[in-house]
Formats: sequence, structure tokens, C-alpha cells
Amino acid sequence: QVIMTVYSIYILSKSGGLIYQLDNNAPLIEHEKTFSYPLELKLELINRNITVVFGQRDGIKVGHVLTNLNGISVTGAQMEDGRNVFEVLKDTNNYPISLKFSRLKLSTNEKIFQASMFYPLYALACQLSPEPKSSGIQVVEMDNFRLQCLQTLTGVKFIVICDPKQNSVDSFLKKLYEIYADFALKNPFYSLEMPIRCDLFNENLKVAIEQLEKSTLNSV
Amino acid sequence: MSRQNLRAIDPKKVSGELFTLTYGSLVAQLLKDYENVEEVNRQLERIGYNIGMRLIEDFLARANPGRCYDFRDTADKIQQAFKLYLGVSPSIGSWSPGGDEFSVVLDPNPLTEFVELPDHLQNLRYSNVLPGVIRGAAEMVQIEVLASFIADSLKGDNITEIRVKFVKRLEDAVPAGED
Repeated sequence: QVIMTVYSIYILSKSGGLIYQLDNNAPLIEHEKTFSYPLELKLELINRNITVVFGQRDGIKVGHVLTNLNGISVTGAQMEDGRNVFEVLKDTNNYPISLKFSRLKLSTNEKIFQASMFYPLYALACQLSPEPKSSGIQVVEMDNFRLQCLQTLTGVKFIVICDPKQNSVDSFLKKLYEIYADFALKNPFYSLEMPIRCDLFNENLKVAIEQLEKSTLNSV
Repeated sequence: MSRQNLRAIDPKKVSGELFTLTYGSLVAQLLKDYENVEEVNRQLERIGYNIGMRLIEDFLARANPGRCYDFRDTADKIQQAFKLYLGVSPSIGSWSPGGDEFSVVLDPNPLTEFVELPDHLQNLRYSNVLPGVIRGAAEMVQIEVLASFIADSLKGDNITEIRVKFVKRLEDAVPAGED
């Protein structure tokens, strides 16, 4: 059993654009349940996703979004067969009804947007510091995850989001830098500042993640 | 260079001679393509510049040298890099009084081991990638320099010398949090 403790990796170019992103979370938080009328979950359309706002139960939490209705996939408020979800949910004849919820996944554009927010936040952090010559954001710790950032002398930022208990992320970030220097930069067909789309880079990155997780497993 | 017949072959290393041969083929091909010595000089420098921009990250990732706050620091690191990548130990010297210029003396020049410049190519700066590498690498760490050959043993000088001159720090390119 492998513990997936590295959740995501982001690489920002020196101008702040997202040039690489990898999601490694295996726990695909998904819950499918059959419901009878009336629905105890309170659902609302938030940011174009039908989201649970209240009434969480059985693993379905507030913030989870609807992905499937009776096995038919849902995009926004519409089912794949064209029906509006809220209309279907209002009709008592449709019950018992099977609903699948999962944790919200960011779209690629949303990730790019978020990543480009990081760049000014990093700069702000340097300026907010009461000490002169302070570095930018290096670690951000939350209950459920930790974000660690390595900025190189050339301005490239490597960001890892991982389990708060994960150790040796510093050396992993350095390894990530080496992999970038090897498989992205030494590839003559890769242009600087552009998104990294190199198979060798992906493969070596996966190996590095596996090694990190294996070492975590051994030390547990 | 003496041949060591029973030298253990490291599968990841290429012979230095192959490298020299490859570089020579590159220069020869450029001369055929451009037919103009000055243009070839420019292209070689440009090639070096592109190499330098990428190689610097490898140098930073592996040697972890830390930022230079002084041009002497920069000179030291350039010397380190020549050792690391080309296996040669150039000497640094001829500092200008203001400390903003120095010379890198290559002895030997790894690129020119078997090379002789013909008469009609006396204006060719055969190893012009090297100053380009220095310029490209420095620019990525926000230092603008001018680098060029001022002496070349291929042209009959005693030594091969690259002059490196500090122009300015690229302040607006410095990443946040670095001074």
C-alpha cells in the first residue's frame, strides 16, 4: 500500500507563469449514495458547480460537488442527457435517486490563475517581513496540507503541496530542480518559460515522487 | 594526450576527443552555411549564449554556489564551472583597478586541441561559444557582462584569454526576496 503524500507540484517560470503542474492525489474522494425524497442535502450552484452547502452526511461534505446523477455525468447544472439537475431533483417521481459527489477539482485555467497569484504573494511576503533581506514564502502550513516553495537564483519557483507530516521535502525540491535542469533545459526542443511537455521530465519526476514516498513508508 | 588503452569505459562519458571533433564540425558547418566569418563569430557567440542560459541552472542545482555579491565571487564561480564542465582549470587574473574586469586564461583550450586556423580564416574566433556561455549564464543571475577573446593561441598568441567586463546588475530582473 503506497501512501500518496505528495499531493501536487507546481513550477512557475521566472516571470510568474505556470509552466508545469502535476496532481498526485490518489484518494479520489468520491461518494455515491441513493437518496429518497426529500433530499436532506442543500445544494446550490456556486462557481458553475452544484455544491453541497449544508446537510453533510455519510462522508459527503460541505464543499463537495455533484458529478453524477443516476450514473449520468453532470457538468455545471446540466446532465449529459440535457436535463437540468435542479428540475430533476424537484420531481418526486425521480426518487429514489443516486447521486455521486466528489471534492472539487480545479480546471486547468483555474490552476493557472491560482499559480499566477502565488508570484505576487511571494513578493509581498518579502516586503511584509519586519526583517530586511527576507526571503519570500518558503512554507505555508495548514491542517490538512503543507506548501513548500523553492525559489532559484534565476527566479524559477518549485512548489510542492504535501501531507503536513511529510519529511525531506527540501531535498525533494532540490531533486526537482535537478530534474528540471536535466530533462527540460537540456532538451533542445524545450523553450524557456514555456509549459514543460517532456516525457522524460514526467517520467523522472514520477520516479522521484515514488522514491520520496517509499522513504517515507520506511521511516514510518 | 596519452592514450590509456585499458581505461575503464564509463558508459555515461563521451571521450573528450569526440567533443572536440563535434565542436569542430559545428564550426566547419557554420562556415559553409554562412560563408562570412563575422557572421559565424556572431552565431557562435549566440549559440554560447543559449547554452549559458540553460547551463547556469544545472550549475546552480548541482554545485549550489549561492548568489554572488562581488565580481570576484563571480570570477571564482566561472572558474569552478570551467572545471566542472570542461575539466580544465583556467586562471583568473589581470584585474582592472576598479575590480570590474578580469581575464580568464585558458591553458589548454579544450576546444582547439587539434585545430590550426588557415590563413583566410584569421578573423575567425573559433572558440566564440565560450564568451557566449559566460554572458548567457551571468544574465540569468541578473548580471550583465561583456565577454570576448583578447588573445587566441590559434592566432599565434602565447595564451588564450577571455576578457570579462561587468556592465551592470539587472535590478528589475532580480527575483523577489533576493536583495
